[in-house]
Amino acid sequence: MNDPLLIWSYLAQGPLVWLTATLVAYLIGDACFRAAGRKSWANPVLVAVILLALLLISTGTDYATYFEGAQFVHFMLGPATVALGLPLYDNLPRVRKAALPMLAGLLAGSITAVASALLIARAFGVGGSVLASLAPKSTTAPVAIGIAERIGGQPTLTAALVLLTGIFGAIIVTPLLNALRIRDWRARGFAIGVAAHGIGTARAFQVNQTAGAFSGIGMGLNAVLTAIIAPLALHLFGG
Amino acid sequence: MPAARWRGRAGRDTLAVMIQTLTIILGFQLAGEVISRIADLPLPGPVAGMLLLVAACILRPSLADRIRPTTTGLLSHLSLFFVPAGVGIIAHWQSLRSDGLGIAVAVMASTLLAIAAGALAFTWVARLTRSEEPDALRDQGHE
Repeated sequence: MNDPLLIWSYLAQGPLVWLTATLVAYLIGDACFRAAGRKSWANPVLVAVILLALLLISTGTDYATYFEGAQFVHFMLGPATVALGLPLYDNLPRVRKAALPMLAGLLAGSITAVASALLIARAFGVGGSVLASLAPKSTTAPVAIGIAERIGGQPTLTAALVLLTGIFGAIIVTPLLNALRIRDWRARGFAIGVAAHGIGTARAFQVNQTAGAFSGIGMGLNAVLTAIIAPLALHLFGG
Repeated sequence: MPAARWRGRAGRDTLAVMIQTLTIILGFQLAGEVISRIADLPLPGPVAGMLLLVAACILRPSLADRIRPTTTGLLSHLSLFFVPAGVGIIAHWQSLRSDGLGIAVAVMASTLLAIAAGALAFTWVARLTRSEEPDALRDQGHE
């Protein structure tokens, strides 16, 4: 087997190429992020996703084949979520002290995320199952998919919307909160965790450990709250 | 000796520490998964595992020190783990395109509003309860 096309078609069906490509794309994304002075617009997830999307399209590879290899990286989302317990533990005294501000930030951020998304989408004529898929977009993907299924959304569309929300949130958070002159790392981290889940939390950890810890808490709390308010909001604003 | 490369500054085998930490973390994820299913909680297994890890660290602070090196490294590259799911956006391109403009505006505007509302509400109540910690902009060199 020395025909390059044959070797390629053999490799492209296995997990090795796509696992390697995922890691290489991330390393390039991370290098771009560092080269850009750790600015939020050079988001490593966004760069890696664009590179991999171009690669998949140019080689005519479908997502299922790609995921055969990428699933090993994807699997680490679970352990990484568990690992968020450590910064939470390290910041427990500050978390206890900030219980009331956190409650306010959670309610404001969570309700705004769900209600404004539904109202805006409906104003553009979006309806039905797409609206239901949009409602839980600020929560972490496994929870969002569970909520969407319960209220009549499309799980795969929800997953895509969750990721778009996370990438967009991670890109705008620093300039937005600087413009609003929010000086408190806890508030900055907590708000991005509530609005943009794990990708926002990854951004928070790039900037500051305290922001990262509070972002992880915001993400966890919002997962619980959105499960309660998304059906209500859909009932109120979805019809 | 090539094996010496794997030894950390403290003389401990860093790869062994990584494996131990991953085993501990996977154990908590597994326990979280089991508990969330048995108790039928609205939390996904990893989030339940995270809460169990916090509880375990409170009971045994030495656990936190043991897992800190690997855990900190894992969290500083949290972005990597979202890449495979992110590539999934292209698999859903058709469904995104049909309602494209409305979805794009809704996602972007509501995310912007939610970040602003959450951060403003947090700082407002922190000021009311006199528990502010205003040092972020100074750290970033904005003032």
